[in-house]
Amino acid sequence: MKRRPLALGAVLALALSACTSANPGGSTAPVASQPAASQPAASQPPASAGGETVTLSIESWRNDDLAIWQDKIIPAFEKTNPNIKVTFNPTAPADYNGVLNTKLEGSSAGDLITCRPFDASLGLFQKGYLASLNDLPGLKNFGDVAKSAWITDDGKDVFCVPMASVIHGFIYNKDIFDKLGITSTPTTLAEFHALLDKIKDAGVTPLDMGTKDMWESATMGFQNIGPNYWKGEEGRKALIAGTASFTDQPYIDTWKELASWAPYLPKDYAGIAYPDAQQYFQSGKAAIYPAGTWDISTFEAAGLKNIGFFGPPAVNAGDQCYLSDHTDIALGMNAKTKNPEAAKTFLDWVAGPDFASLYSNALPGFYSLSDSPVTLEDPVAQQALDLRKTCKSTIRNSYQILSRGAPNLENELWRVTAAVINGTLTPEAAAKEIQDGLDKWYKPAT
Amino acid sequence: MATIDRRPTTRRRFSWPLLVFLGPAVLTYSVFMVFPLFDSLRLSLFGPGGSGLGVFVGLQNYVTLLTDPLWSPRFWGALGNNLVFFAIHMLVQNPIGLLLAVLLTTRVLRGRAVYRTLIFAPTILSVVIVGFIWKLILSPLWGVASGALDAIGLGGLYGPWLGLEGPALIVISLMSVWQYVGIPMLLFSAALLSIPDEIVEAARVDGAGPFRIFSRIQMPLIAPTIGIVAVLTFVGNFNAFDLVYAVQGGLAGPEFSTDLMGTFFYRTFFGFQLQAGNPTMGATVAGAMFVIILLGVCLYLFGLQRRLQTYEA
Repeated sequence: MKRRPLALGAVLALALSACTSANPGGSTAPVASQPAASQPAASQPPASAGGETVTLSIESWRNDDLAIWQDKIIPAFEKTNPNIKVTFNPTAPADYNGVLNTKLEGSSAGDLITCRPFDASLGLFQKGYLASLNDLPGLKNFGDVAKSAWITDDGKDVFCVPMASVIHGFIYNKDIFDKLGITSTPTTLAEFHALLDKIKDAGVTPLDMGTKDMWESATMGFQNIGPNYWKGEEGRKALIAGTASFTDQPYIDTWKELASWAPYLPKDYAGIAYPDAQQYFQSGKAAIYPAGTWDISTFEAAGLKNIGFFGPPAVNAGDQCYLSDHTDIALGMNAKTKNPEAAKTFLDWVAGPDFASLYSNALPGFYSLSDSPVTLEDPVAQQALDLRKTCKSTIRNSYQILSRGAPNLENELWRVTAAVINGTLTPEAAAKEIQDGLDKWYKPAT
Repeated sequence: MATIDRRPTTRRRFSWPLLVFLGPAVLTYSVFMVFPLFDSLRLSLFGPGGSGLGVFVGLQNYVTLLTDPLWSPRFWGALGNNLVFFAIHMLVQNPIGLLLAVLLTTRVLRGRAVYRTLIFAPTILSVVIVGFIWKLILSPLWGVASGALDAIGLGGLYGPWLGLEGPALIVISLMSVWQYVGIPMLLFSAALLSIPDEIVEAARVDGAGPFRIFSRIQMPLIAPTIGIVAVLTFVGNFNAFDLVYAVQGGLAGPEFSTDLMGTFFYRTFFGFQLQAGNPTMGATVAGAMFVIILLGVCLYLFGLQRRLQTYEA
């Protein structure tokens, strides 16, 4: 008997370990119902303008980029704006959202805020922490797709200046292509499959991707080749408007195409994770790697220099091509900044061509979203950027609005797309699961 | 504890030593354990809407969890997987732990301390490291698993197990068994060592063989420990989260085949990737876990432990 209180205590203690974490976190859900607070920035006395020097500080999660900001970007700005000093204060990526929220609530955040795409930043704007930038002249340099991640649902307010995007396509190993006598990259699906067959017959792994981590299947598979099927923005907006459905032919065809990749992937691809696939390609064992452009610098840093980039192949020859040019990072202004004029001067410079060129060159694979033409020193990154000239840009269709409910569209796309490639789910069943999940909570605005 | 009240005192004096000795523990336990538990259970009775916490919805969240076509497959799936996870631990980890304990407490074996240390070593490793090592071992591209199987002529058995719906859960359970087999081994060893040598010697003199000594003498005497190991395994398994998260990620793929109650709770409460966290439903999952663990432990306490105690006495 005497052991019972102890055992009961142990039960409570152990059962609790699941429950005790109940209080922190969890506050990231956007509060859509809260009215947007008016922007107090205008009422602050302008501090810059004249001769005295003001200092701006930038909040960011990109601590990898600290050297680039300090050595290249900020000096370039300060050269033309001697009255404004800028400091870059990054936080660890995983902590950024929480730290930033705390700082904003305590009014101790920097003047400029690096914006996560979509709902995270939208929530900050709706709480009145980010200023509206509608009157910023530099915003005219950006197209609708570029601004889509930092705009209110009704399209009225833009609250961050788009900085960079990542492009999807395929990286290929030029040495293998040369060895097999392949001189051109495929432009249509027919050419793509002929090429894959040729490489496979030569005994080389044609396509390098695994499905274990699941997100590659959705991001580098579905969102990579899909826009050519659903006509980019047209299809993405139709899903939001409710006039298109994932059970429509373009989506089923995308999954069918992905299912047909299976024989070209490495043996036992179901157990291959993302870093495995990267290293497999680095070691020169596979010819083509379904990629995001951030992989370019990874491969080049690992010593794989002789690579090229081609875009997602067209469904039929002569079709308009579409490109997943996914918006990733932007810069906004703290609504409570003491130096709104200086902050706007900096943001306007960020929106201009000098910053576009500096940033894109410093970080190959991250592209300025500005319409002004940029020339890159990295030839592979330039190849990917050139696709923008002929192809229409779009973003991943699960990111805007459609991932707000449960089940979460993005996570579901990971799951079903990996299952389709693994051959455990048919494209039709995948389409039905996705659309049923979306229908459960999403009601189009009309 | 009970002796204090039994003293027949006429004065109702406040007992300062009692407060001083119990105070810190009761306070800490209440603030960090009891209060969060009840607060979490309270949170599970609220739903979104209104301001602040939300609106009181009674047991609606639990109904949703158990019956809604969106939630119930995930809940029952996670519960089913968790039962498989527990069954594998009971059928593999604990018998192996017992076997090792018997081997390591026999006098004939040399270097027992070395074996005991080696077998216990994985238990003190970080789960993240264990997950990473096993991911490397099992990787189809560089893992030693397929080569090792080839070398003994069983190469055909190899598969990308962590990516296959059927084997993934079993493989992860076995990783966990590998890591934690040292704990039942230690508990059983301690129980076996506490058996007086005279009893075993007497049995041997009476002509009992090693197997008979084990089944008729050692086994009954360590029966209470078997119960404790079982209940510790049960509680540990139904709180398990870290290994699956380290090896398969928050979506517990493929197709949720490795989803345990812990990963289901994590995804629901904190969110994952673009999925926003849902504190009230997360608290509901935690509440369901609490009930399951409580039921299991009560079953042990009132069904098994009482009988064991009377038997021991």
